[in-house]
Amino acid sequence: MPYLLPVFYGIVIVMVLPLLAGYIVLLERKVMADMQARLGPMRVGPHGLLQPIADALKLLIKEDIVPAKADKMIFLLAPLVSVTMALLAYAALPFGPVFQIADLDIGLLFILAISSLGVYGIVLGGWASNSHFSLLGAMRSAAQLVSYETAAGLALISALLLGGSLSMKSLVEAQDQAGAWFIFFAPCGFFIYLVASIAETNRAPFDLPEAESELVAGYMTEYSGFRWSLYFLAEYANMIVVAGIATTLFLGGWLRPFASFHGHVMGTPIEILDIFPALLFFAIGGYCFWRAPRQPVQIQKLVMVLVGGLFLVLAAVMFGSLFVPATMPGIHGAFWFLAKVLVYIYAFLWFRFTFPRYRFDQLMKLGWQFLIPLALTNVLGVGIAQILRQQLGWNAFAAFGLTLLGTIGVAAWLISLNDRRDRDRAAAAAAAAAAPAGGD
Amino acid sequence: MAPMALQYGFFYFFAGLAIVCAILMVIGRNVVHSAVFLIGALLATAGIYLQLRAEFLFIVQIILYVGGIMVLFVFVIMLVNLDVAARQRQFSKQLWLALLLTIVLGGQLMFMARRDSPIFNGTVPPAALPPNTGEVATSLFQTYMLPFEIASIMLLVAMVGAVLMAKRRDA
Repeated sequence: MPYLLPVFYGIVIVMVLPLLAGYIVLLERKVMADMQARLGPMRVGPHGLLQPIADALKLLIKEDIVPAKADKMIFLLAPLVSVTMALLAYAALPFGPVFQIADLDIGLLFILAISSLGVYGIVLGGWASNSHFSLLGAMRSAAQLVSYETAAGLALISALLLGGSLSMKSLVEAQDQAGAWFIFFAPCGFFIYLVASIAETNRAPFDLPEAESELVAGYMTEYSGFRWSLYFLAEYANMIVVAGIATTLFLGGWLRPFASFHGHVMGTPIEILDIFPALLFFAIGGYCFWRAPRQPVQIQKLVMVLVGGLFLVLAAVMFGSLFVPATMPGIHGAFWFLAKVLVYIYAFLWFRFTFPRYRFDQLMKLGWQFLIPLALTNVLGVGIAQILRQQLGWNAFAAFGLTLLGTIGVAAWLISLNDRRDRDRAAAAAAAAAAPAGGD
Repeated sequence: MAPMALQYGFFYFFAGLAIVCAILMVIGRNVVHSAVFLIGALLATAGIYLQLRAEFLFIVQIILYVGGIMVLFVFVIMLVNLDVAARQRQFSKQLWLALLLTIVLGGQLMFMARRDSPIFNGTVPPAALPPNTGEVATSLFQTYMLPFEIASIMLLVAMVGAVLMAKRRDA
């Protein structure tokens, strides 16, 4: 049965993803608390480790309210569209050389197309709620997503030029052969995608569609309970998708850092760097055991021991797979992929607690007047560098360094141009305000 | 490779979905519902492309029509005043003329698509096609590069012209 394994992978992803999303929420609250010198959730489980499960239960048993004047069919359909499109994109993400549902020939385009459909969940939900806050949030979202999709797509083209394929799997293999991740060849492309992907997932500082100080909760205002949690799940699933795209295209996918370094442990076929995941899990497990007696409540001590045991089991799996060559690439590949995805998501959280929200015209200006021209320049630069390297035989350092300097120069020019335009406009406004009003 | 019965199953599923969505789109009175059904019809058409092993066409149909153009449609629908639009006279008065035209056009299509018609000679069965995204690129950027670029420049000119006209009314 050729379909058995992909179906199994699909079921695993659909089952694990809500849990993962819940724990990313917990991570977000903990990181936020740490950056604001607080503790964050501490009551449910040791250090709030069971908080996501309690939250999920609460959301599931909440009352499901449909507003009386809402368009019922579309109101019920919209969250489903959002979450379906978010989950469908996982079909082409390569979690490892083995763990991928389908290695499509058009993998990247498939993910981009499917995640661009997620906007319908937001727009239709905002319209069907029959509320001004929802409608305004939906319109902002549509404008924002359409604008930043262009910049994100153009940024990804620089990686496609380097990899020469649309299949996610062969893009990672191309980075393996090149001996370096594509972020080192096209750092500008990675930067543009990072900014555009934050805007596409409606995260702060671009969270205008759900700006709580202006629009209550934007398109989600009228939703409650289970449907609201579907939107929430879709948002976090989309974060993992954009992080997965960035990981695959720019950060080497499932490849280990220093993949071309093959230092072996004393004559055995085991490579030194491959021991790192096992050591990491072992250290976390040990730390959990060490902290367990210091928990205030008996049940929390027990849970802490269980968590420590779980990490020891993971450490044993990571270590054991070193001795079974058949399972090694799959398990370690998935570890590195998820580790990179989590680093990318950590950057999202970090930005959220660092930058204030953009105003809507600033958001549009950033997208259209800075990111899109810069992305076009970046594509041009990477293309020229490829020609210099392949046709004229230049050193990769010289070719990509030169075009990178050019791209950064264009970025500086764009910024100064925008600044000057802003100053001129402010001066004109000040002059108009100072002049006597009775002109006609 | 999927068995033949499954192939037919997929085709009739997508074709039926496209037709049902198209009919619902035309007869619906709510503009947003019509837009949703149009999205459904476009997605079903994309499904037929996929069943014919034209995966690039499939994905471009989704990205351009569903992900781009229809988002703008829905955006504009939300900007206009729906209550006024719903009260306006609908253009569905000429039922008999429309029915006659439909029958004539349908008959023409049936005549063209009859089993021994010459337009189907020399077509490759879809099951035998290799992955063909690269071939699309080859024909667009090598074989037919000049016509493709001319078409692109014409679209660019049209876009710039539209922006200019919008600006002029503004000033």
